[in-house]
Amino acid sequence: MNVRALVFLLCLPAMAWAQGFGGLGTQADGFTTPRPNPVFDFPQDHGPHPDYRIEWWYLTANMTGPDGAEYGLQWTLFRSALAPEVGVGWTSPQIYFGHAAVSTKDAHYVSERFARGGIGQAGVTPAPFEAWIDDWHLKGDNFDTMQMHATGPEFAYDVTLDAQGPLVFHGDGGFSVKSAKGQASYYYSQPFYDLSGTLTLPDGPVPVTGTAWLDREWSSQPLADDQSGWDWFSLSFEDGNKLMGFRLRQTDGTFFASGTWIAPDGTPTALRPDDFIASPMALSDVGGRDVPTTWRVQVPRFNVDVTTTALNPQAWMAVSLPYWEGPVTVQGSHTGRGYLEMTGYE
Amino acid sequence: MLLQAHQLKKSFQSVDGPVPVLRGIDLSVDAGETLALTGESGSGKSTLLHILGGLDVVDSGTISLEGHDITGLDDTGRAALRRDTFGIIFQQFNLIPSLTVAANIAFQARLAGKASTDGLAHLADALGLTEQLNKYPEQLSGGQQQRVAIARALAVRPKLVLADEPTGNLDEDTAEQVLAQMLDLVADTGAALVMVTHSPTLANRMGRRLHLRQGQLA
Amino acid sequence: MTAAGFHALWSHWRRNPLQLFTLVAGLALATALWSGVQAVNAEARASYGAAAATLGEGQFDQLLPAQSDTIAQADYIALRRAGWQVGPVVDGRLDADGTQIRILGIDPLTAPNGFDAVGEGQPVDLVDFLSKPTVFANADTADLLKGLGVRVIEDAGVASGMAITDVSVAQDVLSLPGQLSRLVIANQQPLGVPPLADVVPNLTRVAAQSGTDVARLTDSFHLNLTAFGLLSFAVGIFIVHGTIGLAFEQRRSMVRTLRALGMPLRRVMVLMGVELIVLALIGGGVGVVMGYLIAAALLPDVAATLKGLYGADVSGTLQLRPSWWISGLLISVAGTGVAAIGSLMQVARMPLLASARPQAWLTASSARRILHVAISGLLLAVAVALGVWGKGLVLGFVMLGALLIGAALALPLILDVALRLGQARARHVIWEWFWADTRQQLPGLSLALMALLLAMAANVGVSTMVSSFRLTFVGFLDQRLASELYVTAQTPAQSEALQAFLKPQVRVILPVLSVQTDLAGLPTDLYGARIDSTHRDNWAFLEARSDAWDSVDTGRGIIINEQLARRAGLWVGDDVSLGGSRILPVVGIYGDYGNPIGQAIVQEDLFNALHPNQIPTRFGLRTDTPDSVRKALIDDFGLPEANIIDQAGIKAFSLSIFERTFTVTGALNVLTLAVAGFAIFMSLLTLASMRVPQLAPAWALGLTRRKLGQLELTRAAILAVLTATAAIPLGLALAWVLLAVVNVEAFGWKLPMYVFPAAYAKLCGFALLAAIVAALWPALRLARTPPTDLLKVFANER
Repeated sequence: MNVRALVFLLCLPAMAWAQGFGGLGTQADGFTTPRPNPVFDFPQDHGPHPDYRIEWWYLTANMTGPDGAEYGLQWTLFRSALAPEVGVGWTSPQIYFGHAAVSTKDAHYVSERFARGGIGQAGVTPAPFEAWIDDWHLKGDNFDTMQMHATGPEFAYDVTLDAQGPLVFHGDGGFSVKSAKGQASYYYSQPFYDLSGTLTLPDGPVPVTGTAWLDREWSSQPLADDQSGWDWFSLSFEDGNKLMGFRLRQTDGTFFASGTWIAPDGTPTALRPDDFIASPMALSDVGGRDVPTTWRVQVPRFNVDVTTTALNPQAWMAVSLPYWEGPVTVQGSHTGRGYLEMTGYE
Repeated sequence: MLLQAHQLKKSFQSVDGPVPVLRGIDLSVDAGETLALTGESGSGKSTLLHILGGLDVVDSGTISLEGHDITGLDDTGRAALRRDTFGIIFQQFNLIPSLTVAANIAFQARLAGKASTDGLAHLADALGLTEQLNKYPEQLSGGQQQRVAIARALAVRPKLVLADEPTGNLDEDTAEQVLAQMLDLVADTGAALVMVTHSPTLANRMGRRLHLRQGQLA
Repeated sequence: MTAAGFHALWSHWRRNPLQLFTLVAGLALATALWSGVQAVNAEARASYGAAAATLGEGQFDQLLPAQSDTIAQADYIALRRAGWQVGPVVDGRLDADGTQIRILGIDPLTAPNGFDAVGEGQPVDLVDFLSKPTVFANADTADLLKGLGVRVIEDAGVASGMAITDVSVAQDVLSLPGQLSRLVIANQQPLGVPPLADVVPNLTRVAAQSGTDVARLTDSFHLNLTAFGLLSFAVGIFIVHGTIGLAFEQRRSMVRTLRALGMPLRRVMVLMGVELIVLALIGGGVGVVMGYLIAAALLPDVAATLKGLYGADVSGTLQLRPSWWISGLLISVAGTGVAAIGSLMQVARMPLLASARPQAWLTASSARRILHVAISGLLLAVAVALGVWGKGLVLGFVMLGALLIGAALALPLILDVALRLGQARARHVIWEWFWADTRQQLPGLSLALMALLLAMAANVGVSTMVSSFRLTFVGFLDQRLASELYVTAQTPAQSEALQAFLKPQVRVILPVLSVQTDLAGLPTDLYGARIDSTHRDNWAFLEARSDAWDSVDTGRGIIINEQLARRAGLWVGDDVSLGGSRILPVVGIYGDYGNPIGQAIVQEDLFNALHPNQIPTRFGLRTDTPDSVRKALIDDFGLPEANIIDQAGIKAFSLSIFERTFTVTGALNVLTLAVAGFAIFMSLLTLASMRVPQLAPAWALGLTRRKLGQLELTRAAILAVLTATAAIPLGLALAWVLLAVVNVEAFGWKLPMYVFPAAYAKLCGFALLAAIVAALWPALRLARTPPTDLLKVFANER
């Protein structure tokens, strides 16, 4: 048997948005479920919420090297609880797993880690903040300035992050609805990091600068049982505005779309389902799968009509439960850069 | 009177029940006499010869040799009789393939404790086998093989020689030669000869001739 | 035409059911022993595979504690935090109702080879596994674990005597909180991990191939079994070859007639080939079923042998694997093909008008005889050359094969010479005829006699090896088990008190201190010894410096057993690293028969310095009054009687393990001999009907049937005795190869060879008995042949 796939199955909440896995569509099993009108308590809420089934610290970055070459990176720590308890030692029900990746125009490096939460191999502390699994970490005295590190057999990176704006709360003050049936999560972001540091690639170290976007989300039942996958965009326009938008593909062919328009000063505007329109323009053959790597994204309410193109269409995350995640460039009514994540194209 | 047979009866078992082969034969053979047994195939002539030679047993009737009843002899007794008193020559497979010609000729005589080197040399010479003594049976022609059988049968100085179509497998010329040699040598030793043959020509060269038809003397 | 041809060919078998039976039975026996042995091997290998997959042995490097018995869990976390991709393993033995069960705890999330060892190919519900204490074990072992208070899931893929569970459960049931036994290192590591020595200086990295690779260690044993299987197969194929040869010979006239009637030769050949394949499949099918039964019967003993010799756990229950069916049938068809190729070629070359030669089978052409002698000479030369220059296990077996086949091919010649001598000395005409006739029969019987020769030689060889081993082993036990009493403290805490109590009671206390460790990259039991006159007086070294014990006693030398010496290529004078900077010269090599792994002995204080946490619980006691010491221990100290064992008791125990170890060899020996007996029986039975024309003249000239029967029996007996006589020197040669070549490679020790004339005489007696039993029925039949049947030989109508 493939343990990794099973770990992933049980940890499904994170990626399984697309896969429509049964485990999540059903019961919350004693886990707490998100309620509207949340009141967040920082820095405590930057830390883990063990009574929720699933949670992540999810960072993506667009970067440029000294020769102008574009790069992307991903650093993700997932927490998945087998039971709503903390626990100590090997029997703790809190399981962690991490994904890290570096994308260049023609290469995509991926690594994956697993750990149990009770033995010190992985975990998250809110103050000073540290999220870690094995040697990978994302840490800082506070949430605004952090160091980030990850390694894989073919790559490593060490970068520092410096926040240039406030936290942004999605949906209704951080309560983000994921389906018409009311499935929801708590969801906030820090999209304003400046980034600098070093990527280590097979050809040697590359100094880079750029911007990074951190998503924090936790829930216990994020997917409806008729949802089969999702397409998620985080775009930073050159005029300072930012856009987070996603559409959940439903088995009847319809979509549940949502998003947030973020003004340069961080002021969020929640988008209504019909405010965010994303349409696939061109498919790429990614290891035998047809994956839409060029999109038309429209937000009529803010006069956005752009095309996003993948820096590297082959940015396939070949982990236990695979998905596509990579940097994109934006052209059209607005220009800029961003990240695209697509699940359910297996 | 060398041999006297009285009311010999013999049946063989077949799937349809017993088939009578001999139906009451009365027969006598005098010492030194030559006798031909003729008859059709299946007339019982070979069976009669086998019974006279102690190779097979009768169902009823008696046989006596020089006045002694030999009908009731057991396996061992009949084997001794064959070994010491009779010389037997068949149409084929007379010889022991693993022994040389010399050993084959001497075999019965030595079994009977009567072997004499001179006698054996004389027989081999008379039958023209001197050159063949160290050969094995498979290396001989059919006529030579039958000559070896004759020599062996006579080496024991038998009272009675029993021959079952001894030249039946040989061509005409060879058959004639072999028969002539056999008759001469039998006459020399003074033994009686009973020969089964289907050939009237051969039968006519014998002193007396008996014809069997369906298990009875005609 | 095809149907008619088939019908004609098949009618031969219908009229000769005995021949058909011989053919099918020969094939079945050959296939049975072969596939039985293969089944046993496959089962054992599957067990190792399961164990190795679980342990990650052979595939992955491992980290072991350099000094203590366990690794602190903190070291594991430190390695992970440094980026090292390692998986923890907790490995220990648990006593369940007196049976030792190996408990193996792994972390399915980080084990480099995942969780592949369990689940029998089906996904394990990992949420369930991680949420609820669970152990996986095969059916044998599962029952023993019931008392553990955890859920037991039966899993045939787990090696016998072993239980696989989560790290947490293993730490719990083995009472090792926060401790790990070893760490498995993934083959791929991230960029920039720091050197291991910087993170965990107290751990030693062991390369994958030098771990306890049971499969590699036991290869030799399986090669042994395979050789036996092959030998039995060869014996069976001898039978088949003989039968096919006879049947084809007898059908020459039928083939001629079929061809004369217009059937093309090619068609005849195809029909005969198809017929043989059908027969091979039937025989093979029966053989596989028999092989399964043989394997099922042998497996428990094989498991015991492997446990005894190598410490390998093998499941005692057999699983039916489809691959056996396939391979069993294939080998049957292949064997038939080999056995039939000569006969088929003869049919192909036979001129249309060739005469039928029903007797031809009984006589071998002199050309073939010369060819056999030439091949035999060549093979024997190869065997001798390998004996002088060859090295290694496989060459050892090649040498065995060349020796055996060469000798088998030479057998007809040897027997012919012996029979010729008999013939020359014979005075009576019956005996002259008897010897001549026996010689003539030799070609027809020689295949069966070769089979008997091989079986007997194997028997002599293997029994000489085992008995030599036994003698050496008993001597070794006498020498080694010098203490009058052996006592075991109930707990480590009791150790001090026990020693204090014993001190005034006995002459010398010899504590037994040991750890499992690695020396020269090989798994080794390291002992710390309190050097005493007991050692100096009793131990015989294979080779040693004159001051060996003094060197050990002063901590300036180490002595190692022969297994370690041979496997690691160490000898007296070489240096051995004990970890860290501690390097000692080897000052002596000692014989250590019956021990699967390496062993080394250093002085007690040195041992304590290397392994500070070891507290001795076992002690050898030198005393002149063992009975009163025993009584005092029980009555005054309160030690349970079970913790005290005297010299005789421990010797008996060791010997009982030894005896079980060679049961399989014994069983295979008997089976091979039985097949050879069957070959003789069938050959005689076949010959009997063909020999009537040869015997009829002798009968007609005055030999009784009874006498002929007696002679037939005598003939079988004389041939058996002659063959047995030839088998003994061959068997002794075989024993020499086994002891001096194969043993060293397979087990790691060389043994002196002893000769056991009484045993060989007994074996000859058995062979004689087997031959007489085999000849009895054909002889009785001959004695009772009705005269009519004999007379038919001469009948004109024949």
